[in-house]
Amino acid sequence: MKEYLNTPIFGFALSVIAFQIGLYINKKTKNALFNPLIIAIGLIMALLIVFDIDYEVFNEGGNIITFFLGPTTVVLALPLYRQLNKIKGKAHNILIGIAVGSIASFLSVIFLSKLLGIDEIIILSLLPKSSTTAISKEISSQIGGISSLTIAATSFTGISGYIMGPSILKLLKIDDKIAVGIAMGTGSHASGTAKAMEIGEIEGGMASLAIGVAGLMVVLIAPMVVKLFFK
Amino acid sequence: MKIIKELSIIMGVLYLSNVIKEVSNMPIPATVLGMVIMLILLSCNIVKPKNIETVANFLLDNLTFLFVPGGVGLITSFGLIKGQVTKILIVAIITTAITVAVTGFTVNLLNKRKKR
Repeated sequence: MKEYLNTPIFGFALSVIAFQIGLYINKKTKNALFNPLIIAIGLIMALLIVFDIDYEVFNEGGNIITFFLGPTTVVLALPLYRQLNKIKGKAHNILIGIAVGSIASFLSVIFLSKLLGIDEIIILSLLPKSSTTAISKEISSQIGGISSLTIAATSFTGISGYIMGPSILKLLKIDDKIAVGIAMGTGSHASGTAKAMEIGEIEGGMASLAIGVAGLMVVLIAPMVVKLFFK
Repeated sequence: MKIIKELSIIMGVLYLSNVIKEVSNMPIPATVLGMVIMLILLSCNIVKPKNIETVANFLLDNLTFLFVPGGVGLITSFGLIKGQVTKILIVAIITTAITVAVTGFTVNLLNKRKKR
């Protein structure tokens, strides 16, 4: 059987099919917990374990898909550019908010993880999780984390924000539309943005702006935080 | 031919950022550097949104799918996270709540203060 797996087509096809199943389940259940990405990852892992297939064999095809993250990160500039045009005059408050939020994310990850006695390499993998996956996974490998764990943690962060975000903001009586959008985008990137778009147009636009800006913020702050707390 | 033209711009920027990263040893991921370069090109009107739009929309619409193989890589780190999964989930949930709350609170406060 193994010889049939020795082609990039295997990993590529498996990824597409597993994700399609994930999308289907997500659509049927209409539940954010059934995240298509997490379902796809789980299905493929189970299959690789059951049939005792090496990750490297799967990744021959997987690599082709991962490659496209490069150009995709570059074109993240487009939604960012579009939103930047809309915030002239309010940029100051937004930038401060995203910076404060990103630092809060870093500090809370470090302190809570240390409190729970989590290994350092895992803390480093969790650190950039508030930024969008394309960016968080790159930062993770740069600061010495495990990028695959970062991908999983980042998706889970997205789900958490999608589910909890609006209630938290309501509880704190945060009703400024810009504040709501920026908070959703900074705390839980693309999933948060999806939720913000359900709330309203301004909220959605602001959240998609926050994805790009928070990503850059995390890129700049992460190395400093690592130097301060880990080296 | 539109796709090829758009891809030339996007891949050109990505390659340039890779070269800059290699040469300068900047502590920024090459892909993020590429995003910054693209943002500058857009802001200076050197690249117009319509020059990259078709490919950009296709890639961004399917962004989540691109993380499937990378996420499966977790299979090689099972030993490392064994016994810590619950703790990791707790950290992810609580810190996300904190980040959303702090960010929202800050922007809300600043925006309201300015209005008065």
